[in-house]
Amino acid sequence: MYKALKARLFQGHRTGRFPAVAPTLPDHFQGRPQLQAGPCPKDCSACEDICPTKAVKVSANGPQIDTGRCLFCGKCAAVCPRQAIAFGPEYRLAAFTREQLVAGASAAAWAPPTAGNVQCRDFCGQSLKIRQVSAGGCAACELDFNVLGTLAWDMGRFGIQVVASPRHADCILVTGPVTRNMLLALRKTHDAMPRPAWVIACGACAISGGVFTDSPETHGGLEAIFKPDLYIPGCPPHPTTILEGLLRLMGRS
Amino acid sequence: MNMDTTFLTLPNGAAAPIAELPVLPFADFRAQLIQAVTQNGLRVSSFFATPASNRPGDFELIAVLADDRAHLLRLAASRVSKSYLALSADCPAFHWFEREIAEVTGLICENHPWPKPIRFTQPTTGAAGVLPGVTDYLRIADEAAHEVAVGPVHAGVIEPGHFRFQCLGEEVIFLEISLGYQHRGIEKMLVGGPDVRSAQLIECAAGDTSIASAWCYARLQAALSPACQASPAAELWRGIALELERSANHTGDLGALAGDVAFLPTQSFCGRIRGEYLNMTAALCGNRFGRGYVLPGGLRYLADNKKIADLQTWRKRVHADLTNALDLLFDTPSVLDRFENTGVLAPADAAAVGIVGVAGRASGLNNDIRLSHPYGPYTDRPLSLCAEGAGDVLARAMVRRRELDASNQWLNEALNAGTELSADEQASALSSHHSPAGGLAPSMIAVSLQEAWRGELCHVALTDSHGRFRHYKIVDPSFHNWYGLALALRGEQISHFPICNKSFNLSYCGHDL
Repeated sequence: MYKALKARLFQGHRTGRFPAVAPTLPDHFQGRPQLQAGPCPKDCSACEDICPTKAVKVSANGPQIDTGRCLFCGKCAAVCPRQAIAFGPEYRLAAFTREQLVAGASAAAWAPPTAGNVQCRDFCGQSLKIRQVSAGGCAACELDFNVLGTLAWDMGRFGIQVVASPRHADCILVTGPVTRNMLLALRKTHDAMPRPAWVIACGACAISGGVFTDSPETHGGLEAIFKPDLYIPGCPPHPTTILEGLLRLMGRS
Repeated sequence: MNMDTTFLTLPNGAAAPIAELPVLPFADFRAQLIQAVTQNGLRVSSFFATPASNRPGDFELIAVLADDRAHLLRLAASRVSKSYLALSADCPAFHWFEREIAEVTGLICENHPWPKPIRFTQPTTGAAGVLPGVTDYLRIADEAAHEVAVGPVHAGVIEPGHFRFQCLGEEVIFLEISLGYQHRGIEKMLVGGPDVRSAQLIECAAGDTSIASAWCYARLQAALSPACQASPAAELWRGIALELERSANHTGDLGALAGDVAFLPTQSFCGRIRGEYLNMTAALCGNRFGRGYVLPGGLRYLADNKKIADLQTWRKRVHADLTNALDLLFDTPSVLDRFENTGVLAPADAAAVGIVGVAGRASGLNNDIRLSHPYGPYTDRPLSLCAEGAGDVLARAMVRRRELDASNQWLNEALNAGTELSADEQASALSSHHSPAGGLAPSMIAVSLQEAWRGELCHVALTDSHGRFRHYKIVDPSFHNWYGLALALRGEQISHFPICNKSFNLSYCGHDL
């Protein structure tokens, strides 16, 4: 008992102060793309050609990036001859519609959308019970969602809790591109939830199939199965990105 | 047996023309492989079938055996069609590989003791679809027995898999583990590469093993293309990233083990400390899992001396926190009581079925690829082997604890070595291979092994006449070890399943691919 108390004193209080204090992100953090307007050189499609997930499109007004497909690997930025692509420090990536995920060259700074599902906000503003379902991912999204339960993040502070049974859940948070072998289990989990039931797509795979889009073994993400109420881009999303998205869904930021 | 004439012999991370791979008559092939594994102590690193290039409907079986004492890999092949006499009947180390071969190719492995699919992939022949987990399970014909089915969706935030326990009261007589829910078809998607998504697919085979996977792939490409050779400085930094990956995962596992016996202090401390190691990885490359850091030919980013000094300070502080958390765990009798003699995997069983990595070393198998098939920075900077012998949960926890100390010491030395690199050496570590390397040597077979944090990771690639991947085979450590968990549960209380499972902490996606 004394040893445990001594260790507790040694370890100290370590819960981060987000959202009151902005997170400390690493130097090379790849956040929301910052895109330069203006026409690209004729016939240049270097960014499109190198993208592993066809997330980049060259438009008349420069490149566009669909952050729902993007793996944030940064290869497009490295090959762009006019350096029109950069991945900035903006970690607030979550959005409520598929269209909001598409980043284009714009004079206005990105303002994370706040108008989410009103019913969800009213129901779950103080308490969000989540059933996580892993449907074919690489487990990185699961791991970085799981850390929100550790004392470093302590999402319980905001009334967010992971529950074991779908019967106790307000929403499911799905990771992975939805493999053929997980489709039935995913549907059954969703069916077992009391209504209303909300859906969160966490990570590029769940949103669009990610790097597995073309695989016949997967369904290319959640879109075709359930319409998500919250999209959290990333491969995997940073824990702050996930938590910030959940808080916005709850209308708490 | 003369190993050098029967087999093609390669060091770790090397390639040879496919024409040099001996194609043995099947009876010889079978006898030689069984003898090598059961009598000479070689291990099965990979065993797979690829369509024979000149005879439609025929397959070439290719075996990669690890000769740990000679620090070499032994390869052989044989041609089969329709069916062959399973090696598993005489050598259990092949059993999971042969179930995979039968599922992927439709070949019949005669006399296989338990011929069932391992991933429930949909048949390519147009036959009726299969349902994952729907298969015959071993059942006890006794009214007193009962069956417990768990999954695919589990209670926590964890990947899907199905567990079927046959119990008498509280005692588990037999456990079968049925996987495949995470199958994404990675190996098939790699055929025809390298292309723009190959590196990302490899990193996503198992997300918690991104560094080991990317490095395994980079070394395999280096064996096939001079343009992809990495400098010693690049290899040093890859090693640093891999030891950070190992430290993060071992720390997380020990915390989770503490949680499973309701010892909350260490669970809480380790949950936080694991994140520190991930953040150190992010300091190198921006991503907590090291995505995109290891590229063919080198690294994405360099670290300057200021960053290295920061990492050193950070590492020391975190290791002090970790030592405090683990001293408390291993000094608590109620924890040790739960860990000791729980989930025993006997050394003989571990050797017979080919267990690798942490679980293997906990059962007395002195096998660590960093030592037995050294590569990159481990060649002149070896780590100490951390092996135990009891094969219980405690032994698996102790191996992790000792490896955390060994990695910490290694990181200290490697980071110091990082500061001593000249500017030119540092710069040589950078790779500009954002695009696929291409131009791989044609008609070759290449093998690359890594000691990922769970254990041996093996990549084998065959290139076609244009230098494109004709076949890409990944064997994740979990592929070897899931059966070890099933064995460890025999005779155990079913309530001990969570702690036994956590002590192995295997990857579903790494197995399912």
